Amino acid sequence: MTGQKTAVRVFLVDDHALFRAGVRAELDSITDEVDVVGEAGSVGEAVVGINHLKPDVVLLDVHMPDGGGAEVLRQVRTALPEVVFLALSVSDAAEDVIAVIRAGARGYVTKTISSQELVRAVVRVSEGDAVFSPRLAGFVLDAFADRPGAAPISDPELDLLTPRERDVLRLLARGYAYKEIASELFISVKTVETHVSSVLRKTQLSNRYELSRWASDRRLV
Amino acid sequence: MDTVPAKQVAKPVEPVRRRRSGRVVAGVAGGVADHLGVEVFWVRAVFAALTALNGIGVLAYGLLWLFVPQRAASAPEEPSTNPKERQQALGLVALGIGAAVVSGLLSGPVSGWIVGPLAVALVGAAVVWREADEAQRRRWRDGAKSGFLGTGRSAITRVLAGVALVAIGIGVLLVSSYGIDQLRFALLAVVATLGGVAVLTVPLWIKLINDLGEERRVRIRTEERAEIAAHLHDSVLQTLALIQKQSESPREVKRLARSQERQLRDWLYGRNADDTDRPTTMSAAIAKASGEVEDQFALSVQQVVVGDCELDHNLLALVQAAREAMVNAAKHAGVGEISVYGEVEPEQVTVFVRDRGKGFDPDLVPEDRHGLADSIRGRMDRHGGEVRLRTTPGEGTEVQLMMPRKTSGGAGRADTEART
Repeated sequence: MTGQKTAVRVFLVDDHALFRAGVRAELDSITDEVDVVGEAGSVGEAVVGINHLKPDVVLLDVHMPDGGGAEVLRQVRTALPEVVFLALSVSDAAEDVIAVIRAGARGYVTKTISSQELVRAVVRVSEGDAVFSPRLAGFVLDAFADRPGAAPISDPELDLLTPRERDVLRLLARGYAYKEIASELFISVKTVETHVSSVLRKTQLSNRYELSRWASDRRLV
Repeated sequence: MDTVPAKQVAKPVEPVRRRRSGRVVAGVAGGVADHLGVEVFWVRAVFAALTALNGIGVLAYGLLWLFVPQRAASAPEEPSTNPKERQQALGLVALGIGAAVVSGLLSGPVSGWIVGPLAVALVGAAVVWREADEAQRRRWRDGAKSGFLGTGRSAITRVLAGVALVAIGIGVLLVSSYGIDQLRFALLAVVATLGGVAVLTVPLWIKLINDLGEERRVRIRTEERAEIAAHLHDSVLQTLALIQKQSESPREVKRLARSQERQLRDWLYGRNADDTDRPTTMSAAIAKASGEVEDQFALSVQQVVVGDCELDHNLLALVQAAREAMVNAAKHAGVGEISVYGEVEPEQVTVFVRDRGKGFDPDLVPEDRHGLADSIRGRMDRHGGEVRLRTTPGEGTEVQLMMPRKTSGGAGRADTEART
């Protein structure tokens, strides 16, 4: 089936040349579903390269000098709304991860992810889905938790997760794949995807003070 | 071009440095003795003898004190003075001063009225200078934290006493030579001049203070960098060396890398060693248990904890049961990764331990395998918790552990019961 589809054009942004080389070699060797078309080692290079190449997916490092991944997103997203960003980082600090998601990334995976899973994640975001690693699911659950002293809910549509979304996130955090979540909750994979996308939208748009404060309160591993 | 002066190679010339220990007044005599390579006694004797010649010895000593720096703190310690040598030196000082007074009286023009106050002023100056030396040494010791002069009460007392001595000495000297009326005028002139000089040199002082602050900041930064370097050396570099040595064993490499990664994270994100030694919160306890299993079985444990709370007796049992479940998965599932998910809710704490390994049929577990029965189920039952097991041969296993949380009202009582 990959025969008819053109390969997903991927652009790598990471300030570690060694890491870029490693990812490029892995992606090139294991699959022709993705094609690494370019890479950049700084925010400036990344903005120029992405504008020039217009890739399908940008694999974005969270931590870089001059503002990191969030800065790249800010500079590129309005001009190129069709380019999809997937954050790829060793940083497990909640504030960094949430910041990149709120800046517009469609997902977050850690650098320890296996190559096959990375390919799957790239293909999935290129098709418009969100990619939640277990850790990101945990962060988001935590961010939307109702705790004493949480900010008042101004827009229930955005500031609260539905029970179903919560269930999906819990299973994601437990390490379940979409298919497993679907059979566990007796819903279709498509519905799981819809829930995850909706959670992503809420994470990006909710103005709940709690989201940002929580993230800076808790620099956990 | 390539010839190096032979003498320099043979014996590097050491600049004169005042001694820090083994000194009686300021370490000048000791420093000169070290530089010339003679007994310190003879240097002191020469100073005493010179003092007899119109006080030249005192003048020379004072100038050397001013212009010769102390030996830096990093230099090796010299032996300190023994009491006998100290007595000897003090004797020489007294002898020198006595000789100076006598010679001054004998030679006529210098009267006791001048020498006496002058000596008092000199003693005062010596006290203040000594205190400045002390302050410098303290600064070396404390790493750039104290100021120019000492801050302690005794230090201030010493400085004030020294200043008073100098003032009295000069005052008596002036009164004796000029008389009160002239003195008042002179005093006014001096104060006015000093005030003028102070105002004119304000920028200089400010710059001096700023420079000192800047220097201190640089030193603190350097120290911090040294500490980071030391830490990285002890941890990361050592591990990298180990990894290179073990490169033919991927399992071991992975284990080393994971354990180093965890350590570095703990350090970077400020979770200090005390906390991880005996975790006090749910999330820290789960993280620690996961880390131990990773280290022990060379696989990766993906752990996520949502919410957090203080660890109590029951929750500790929950963590131990979860750890046992991880160990089971690591031993029997035959996988490289385990997922652990913990969630702290107001009424209960839940932990899921999941693998995508072999799975098993619970009915076929041999009787002698106590892991699941005792360590997990028994432990949870004893503390009022609940265990659910989902396993399918070929698809993996998930152990679900639930522990109700004590309500805030009953928590205190239950805690004390548990402890007694």
